[in-house]
Amino acid sequence: MNSFQIRLGGHRLSWPAAIGLLIILVFIIAAIFAPLLAPFPEAEVVGDAWAEADGTHWLGLDNLGRDIFSRLLFGARMSIGLSLLITCISFTVGIITGFTAAIAKGWVDALLSRVVDLILAMPTLIFAFVVLSVLGTDLPVLVVTLALLDSVKVFRLARALAMNISALEYVEVARVRGEGLWWVITREILPNATAPLIAEFGLRFTFAFLFVAALSFLGLGVQPPSADWGSMVRDYRDVIALDLAAPLYPAGAIALLTIAINFVVDWMLSIHSRGHGEGA
Amino acid sequence: MIRLVALRLVFGLVTMWAASVLIFGGTELLPGDLATAILQNSATPENLAELRAHLGLDRPPLVRYGEWLTRAAHGDLGTSLSNDRDVVEEIAPRLRNTVFLAGFAALIAVPLAIGLGLLAAIWQASVFDRVINFVTLLTISVPEYLVGYLLVKYFAVRWDLFPALANVSPETDLGGRIYLTALPVVTLVLVVVAHMMRMTRASVLSIMASPYIEMAFLKGLSKPRVVVRHAFPNALAPIISVVALNLAYLVVGVVVVEQVFVYPGLGQLMVDAVSKHDLPVVQACGLIFAGAFIMLNMIADIMAILSNPRLRRPR
Repeated sequence: MNSFQIRLGGHRLSWPAAIGLLIILVFIIAAIFAPLLAPFPEAEVVGDAWAEADGTHWLGLDNLGRDIFSRLLFGARMSIGLSLLITCISFTVGIITGFTAAIAKGWVDALLSRVVDLILAMPTLIFAFVVLSVLGTDLPVLVVTLALLDSVKVFRLARALAMNISALEYVEVARVRGEGLWWVITREILPNATAPLIAEFGLRFTFAFLFVAALSFLGLGVQPPSADWGSMVRDYRDVIALDLAAPLYPAGAIALLTIAINFVVDWMLSIHSRGHGEGA
Repeated sequence: MIRLVALRLVFGLVTMWAASVLIFGGTELLPGDLATAILQNSATPENLAELRAHLGLDRPPLVRYGEWLTRAAHGDLGTSLSNDRDVVEEIAPRLRNTVFLAGFAALIAVPLAIGLGLLAAIWQASVFDRVINFVTLLTISVPEYLVGYLLVKYFAVRWDLFPALANVSPETDLGGRIYLTALPVVTLVLVVVAHMMRMTRASVLSIMASPYIEMAFLKGLSKPRVVVRHAFPNALAPIISVVALNLAYLVVGVVVVEQVFVYPGLGQLMVDAVSKHDLPVVQACGLIFAGAFIMLNMIADIMAILSNPRLRRPR
């Protein structure tokens, strides 16, 4: 296998990771260029309900006679876009609070950590249910709820990382030099915590992605007329009894993207734990 | 050791209490209360105020929280908004169904996961290890409903071996229940085993790096013997907590699986209640799920303390 290697950032890319990156790339392109790539509009009825797959309709038509392949492409925007938004918010909140706790120490750290321990000791899904039952399932509610629930896990990692890094001499130097909290966080700690945080970003993204899909599948996430992959599984689930594969396409897309990200994260963690990554 | 266990118990109780506050507060402090939930679109300021007074919602939240908690402790969880039935009566048979499903799945998943994990550790880096590593990485990433619908498509629809819908009723006998829940149980097992098995393998392997294991090998002991007799007992603490954590996951994971197989369990009831804004039912189900989850986590930690001699004797 040594005859052909792909390298990324100075590390040899493992085969699963290479395949994973390729899949992620394809999915992102599909999400961004959905209106250009999709052969039919998202909501247009183009034939009979549950028509068989053929040359023009690659995956057949759905319950209302819409093109399933086109809907998958548009669903990618909703699924990936929402999860990305949730992960970005949860990362911003988690990193800021985590770093603050690690640097401020004292009662700020103690208070934040205890609250986080409490939230982590409870099941996230149930918690989300309680909030959604009161606030309803509008998209902004969904995004903020999931982002805040998720930021708790980012807080844990960010705090641990910052604790380790802030014990190093160059951080001490910066502080003695009289730099402020913001400088220490953004210029001294953040650059050195990037590698593990990127791997964590992948993991948190898959979590948000699966969570949104699960909620939509349960009918508590994205509401019609918008559709993500989770709600597509829900819409198509009844025809499984007719031996049609329709619900398996969106469910498969969800699984494929999650697997791809896990492969890449697995590789990133392995180079991280083995220093300079030969044999990873 | 007693101090550690007691501390963990106290933390568990505090968490339970915090969960009850969050569940009550969540349905309380967030905009929109029971009265708006009942009246929905027909709400006017006048009839809202009237209904609030009727339900006692105009009293301070702290008083109502106290009342709710004492009534819940006495086994009174209120009445459902959607059909006026007593919440306890509504929940009891469904709770039994969910416990049956999760328990049945755990009974199969735990021994299977520990066995596979040990085998993978014994044959580390072999073909078996690599294959199982790859397969479990796949199953971890696959959502429950994909596994569920794949099983339905082949085992229920195409080959007609098991029913696609797990519609048990209180009259169904044990054999019938096992037959009806076969596919949901397999789905849960597949999803849970992967994680448990990987963690078992990882914790055995991390012990395998210690000097006393090398000593055992130098004495000329066989690999299976070293793994099972020397490494496994010391890896027991992390394995037990992984098992309990996954059981806690199982308790929540049933929600989606119940939906796939239209199984009349607690998860389905809660999902229905959430979409109907049926707050008393949501609160009750939330308490039960959170309670089970917190208890299992607590048991995991306590078992870990008890099975680790170093923690048993604090300095």
